[in-house]
Amino acid sequence: MTHGRQHGNRFFSPRKWVDKSAFYLMMFPGILCLLLFEYAPKFGLILAFKDFRYDKGILGSDWCGLDNFKYFFRTPDAWVITRNTVLYNTVFIFLGLVLAVSLAIALNEMIGRFSVKIYQTVLLMPHFLSYVVVAYLVFAFLSSESGILNHVILPALGIDPVSWYTEAKYWPVILVIVRMWKTIGYDSIVYLAAIVGIDPTYYEVAKIDGANKWQQIVHITLPGIRTMMSIMLIMAFGGIFNADFGLFYQVTKNSGMIKSTTAVLSTYIYNVKGDVGFATAAGFYVSVVGLVMVLVANKITKLIDEENSLF
Amino acid sequence: MQERFHGKNRRKRMISRLFLHLFFIILCLLFVYPVLLTIIVSFTDNTTVIYNGFSMFPEKWSLDSYRFALKNHGIFNAYKVTILSSVIGTVLAVLVMFLYAYPLSRKDFKHRKAFTFFAYFSTYLSGGLVPWYIMCTQILHLRNNFLALFLPHLVTPMYIIILRTFISSNVPIEMIEAAKIDGANEYRILWKLVLALAKPGIATIALFKLLGFWNDYYLPMMLVTDSSLYNLQYYLQVMFENVQILAEDILTGVAGISVADIPTETTRMAMCVLTMGPILVVYPFFQKYFVKGLTVGSIKG
Repeated sequence: MTHGRQHGNRFFSPRKWVDKSAFYLMMFPGILCLLLFEYAPKFGLILAFKDFRYDKGILGSDWCGLDNFKYFFRTPDAWVITRNTVLYNTVFIFLGLVLAVSLAIALNEMIGRFSVKIYQTVLLMPHFLSYVVVAYLVFAFLSSESGILNHVILPALGIDPVSWYTEAKYWPVILVIVRMWKTIGYDSIVYLAAIVGIDPTYYEVAKIDGANKWQQIVHITLPGIRTMMSIMLIMAFGGIFNADFGLFYQVTKNSGMIKSTTAVLSTYIYNVKGDVGFATAAGFYVSVVGLVMVLVANKITKLIDEENSLF
Repeated sequence: MQERFHGKNRRKRMISRLFLHLFFIILCLLFVYPVLLTIIVSFTDNTTVIYNGFSMFPEKWSLDSYRFALKNHGIFNAYKVTILSSVIGTVLAVLVMFLYAYPLSRKDFKHRKAFTFFAYFSTYLSGGLVPWYIMCTQILHLRNNFLALFLPHLVTPMYIIILRTFISSNVPIEMIEAAKIDGANEYRILWKLVLALAKPGIATIALFKLLGFWNDYYLPMMLVTDSSLYNLQYYLQVMFENVQILAEDILTGVAGISVADIPTETTRMAMCVLTMGPILVVYPFFQKYFVKGLTVGSIKG
């Protein structure tokens, strides 16, 4: 009898029940949001294999096998947008790393001074502006009628004005500059935090041994943030299929004439979204390759540093 | 000898410092140049812009653009929509994410690993844009609905992880156990104890979300066609694509002028300044919380 009651207490006491259900009740709104806006759309990727019609709905539409994929991969666009996405992201990742780490090292040289705070604040500013605003700032340079480039800089160099928003060949340079301007301030502060965390006695010992600044950077600072750099790099490579939508859509004004160098996976899918099956097939391709990249990236991170792998 | 050596070294260090400062000053000037240019253009006389183009040193200054921009009912409405949707969105987002993150921080919650994965996995496999769009419009009927401006972006998995890490490192399990022994139930522990200790973490996430909603153009671009629901960023985007809309919006507000009288080029830039203005004024005061949040985020617990 006593034994039975104890048993009952442990498993069915109202107190315990409240405790357990409390967690689920707290998480309920979050679970609902994730299901509706994250998981249901992933399930909707089955549309890639269907001939979607609005009147028949997602489940009612007829299956069409791999037709959407065949259609997508047969267009020359599939290759161009994949190439653009991967190339841009590769440049962003490597150039971004080099610039952000250099800036962080330079900032660290003067850390503690008031001026450094001002530099940081200014370099961080673009991070707080939306890409819509950035598109206006870029327009102030590139506008054919009144932009600074056509009106001031090119005439000074004796070069003819350029119709920037219709000439594809200049955009790789423009987009890389804009992206670096927008992101290196933020990234350099991430690295600066890591540099500040390096044990100062290393530097003191090195100074006593007569190491100069350059040697200190190469032999202490860089190895000190090596793990951090590799993790940031690998994670960025995991996202190599995710193109920065704001950059490629807003800054280019979604101009049709320069698509050959500015169309990337995310903007392409947005622009063809009216063709449901086709756009979903393209989206499915991004999702699957993206997932594979993340899994590979995670595997490599795990080999370098168990602590920081994602799962 | 020793003395001279040190003096030389010091001078060398001073010179390299000087170069470093010079480098950063030039870099900072390059960074603010586009913003400054846009602000100056917005204060330039429109005919000056038409003849001379944009310039840092305009021949003739003018406040016309702001006179027209402020007569435009569109921008006031966009401000109202932005403020309402960002504030409501931020409060709801923080609430939902905090409530999701807290159980994940409790080591005695059996399924915490599974639910952490449930939140995080969604970032690995990007869902398609089209299924998301169909979900929002056909099933949830968010098209041209005020809720569309924040509901789909309430939960950011990354922020749940940051919050969870923050809670588990700032709320000692001993305190929770002590409160339990004192007879407090889970809800009481959450509101009285955890919320109080997690405030700095919550504030950081709230700032991240507020900035995200304030700067958002994506949700209205996807889900809104009714111009009374345009937020600031999207209004600015629509004007960028079609300056005519700006002219029409102004014409309905001002009697007795024609489209040709409206300084569209400079007014557009004035709108841009009015959109980025609040952020530029406010962010220097909040950036330290951002930097703190960003270092919290880099630690995985």
